[in-house]
Amino acid sequence: MEVTKETLLGFYETMVTIRTFEEKAMELFAAGYIPGFVHLYIGEEAVATGVCANLTERDFITSTHRGHGHLIAKGGKIDLMMAELMGKVTGYCKGKGGSMHIADVDLGILGANGIVGAGQPIAAGAAFACKYKKQDNVCVCFFGDGASNRGTFHEALNLASIFKLPVIYVCENNLYGISNCQRDHMNVSDISDRAASYGIPGVSVDGNDVMAVYEAAAEAVKRARKGEGPSMIECKTWRHRGHFEGDPGIYKNAKEQEAWIKKDPIIKLEKKLVEYEYAAEDELNAIKDAAKERIEAAVEFAKNSPDPEPEDVLRDVYAD
Amino acid sequence: MKTMTYVEALRDGMRFEMNKDPNVYLAGEDVGIFGGCFGQTAGLYQEFGPERVIDTPITETAIIGHAVGAAASGLRPIVEIMFIDFTGVCMDEILNQATKMRYMFGGKAKVPMVIRTPCGAGVGAAAQHSQSLEAFFTHIPGIKVVMPSVAADARGLMIAAIRDDNPVMYIEHKGLLGVEGEVPEGDVVVPLGKADIKKEGSDVTIVAWSAMVGKAMNAAASLEKEGISAEVLDPRTLKPLDIDSILSSVAKTGKLVIVHEANKTGGFGGEIAALVADQGFDYLNAPIKRVTAPDSPVPFSPVLEKAYVPGEEKIIAAVKELFA
Repeated sequence: MEVTKETLLGFYETMVTIRTFEEKAMELFAAGYIPGFVHLYIGEEAVATGVCANLTERDFITSTHRGHGHLIAKGGKIDLMMAELMGKVTGYCKGKGGSMHIADVDLGILGANGIVGAGQPIAAGAAFACKYKKQDNVCVCFFGDGASNRGTFHEALNLASIFKLPVIYVCENNLYGISNCQRDHMNVSDISDRAASYGIPGVSVDGNDVMAVYEAAAEAVKRARKGEGPSMIECKTWRHRGHFEGDPGIYKNAKEQEAWIKKDPIIKLEKKLVEYEYAAEDELNAIKDAAKERIEAAVEFAKNSPDPEPEDVLRDVYAD
Repeated sequence: MKTMTYVEALRDGMRFEMNKDPNVYLAGEDVGIFGGCFGQTAGLYQEFGPERVIDTPITETAIIGHAVGAAASGLRPIVEIMFIDFTGVCMDEILNQATKMRYMFGGKAKVPMVIRTPCGAGVGAAAQHSQSLEAFFTHIPGIKVVMPSVAADARGLMIAAIRDDNPVMYIEHKGLLGVEGEVPEGDVVVPLGKADIKKEGSDVTIVAWSAMVGKAMNAAASLEKEGISAEVLDPRTLKPLDIDSILSSVAKTGKLVIVHEANKTGGFGGEIAALVADQGFDYLNAPIKRVTAPDSPVPFSPVLEKAYVPGEEKIIAAVKELFA
């Protein structure tokens, strides 16, 4: 697949934005600005970026507890995200959801989700709506290796398959379900093998190679738009941080961690950009600096935003 | 007005809305050619076709889960869970997804979906096909709970439930499906959250819903002969609850008996009793009584099942205790 300089630089910008957002969230959490739980996407940026580059605003995604990257890649507004992380009334969910529940239905983002595997049937439903309305939009469901063991996985993929729904199941296999490593929680090494039992295509790709992810997703999205049904893509990747901030990750082997850090998706892309002579180092630095500036502005917006009023607790329980 | 059975009426409510709104569709196990386990959807497949009346696999989690996604993306699904007992299988999709999405997203999502499901004992179906689990759902903020007792309400509440922009549990009682009643035709809605006085009376208020309304009516007729005038109030929807109508009735009668088929502990009768004790204590001149099933699973043997389901004699006895 021919990919232009602009496309690759666009990927780079998105991945750097996600990384910078996450590093800032890490810092703000440690400093006490963010209540609750924060699950960082650092190390997995190529997956959301490569997949969402194939989507438009009319397409849907379902996200996970580790959702910041998906939201940014799908066009989510970082100032509203940052404000939500801090529980502010200006945040995406008016401070009612927090990191694990950010959504932007207008952008087709049907929410991060605090229940592992819950997005799988919801994604089938959004894809059902696309098909029911005879439109060519699609839904992407992001989920982890751990979520592929849930019953929702089986029921959703079976339903999507028999109804031929335009949905792409993207497994972000970061090799650990919290502390439980893949070899201890399933007896297959390629999770994409599971697609066969639903009669749908399944492929495994290097999830730290944004081009590989982009190409696999392009194929699956094309198939879905043409009405040929669902697909599954397994992206093998690695989270650099613990399951949540505060988890020291003692269950991970230090050598394994070191090896994966060397395969950092952003460094990988930087090498490619320089090798292709698409960008010099100072141009890449300029992209990084611009991302930092945008994130700082989002942090300022969030910090200066008001908290919700106590009486807001009863608002939005029901639609009128 | 037209004479219809309860099941015909609830089906007619679905048909009315499906004709009116192309975004309404029906999905569930055996709702297509088979017409539903109790015939609730009979003929709809032929009328609306396989794109709008959809047979799913045996897959409760995906039935509810897909409906959440479809509703959040602009459709108005009616999904059937074949027996309310099976909601245990898909509880996350009700408890953590359908009912939480709007709130968690700061009011920026709508999840207009109806979960239709039969409840109730009396057909020899034992512990996993007979329960009355409404109180599970009334405890969840974000959902509405509807329990019609007569054909007219079955139709009017169905139309209201489908038009509502929130998840609605529409709980139909198996024992009522074949019961006939007069049903208004056309665009006639029974609003959610509005109680109905099924029989006026002045000496005691009997609050009952679903299949217990008929039993309360029979009990009230017997009591009338003994000089006790009972008012039978059917809340019709438990959530939102028309507590004002209950309080007005109790203000008039001074006595309250609550009847439900669900077992007692943690049942919705306790909630009504607490509300009346809190907001209507001065109206009461006797303790609040509850007539419910015992705290056991629903038994199989017809003898045991009869002992389990609250009957007229238990309602009559509870009322008479208040006049002793």
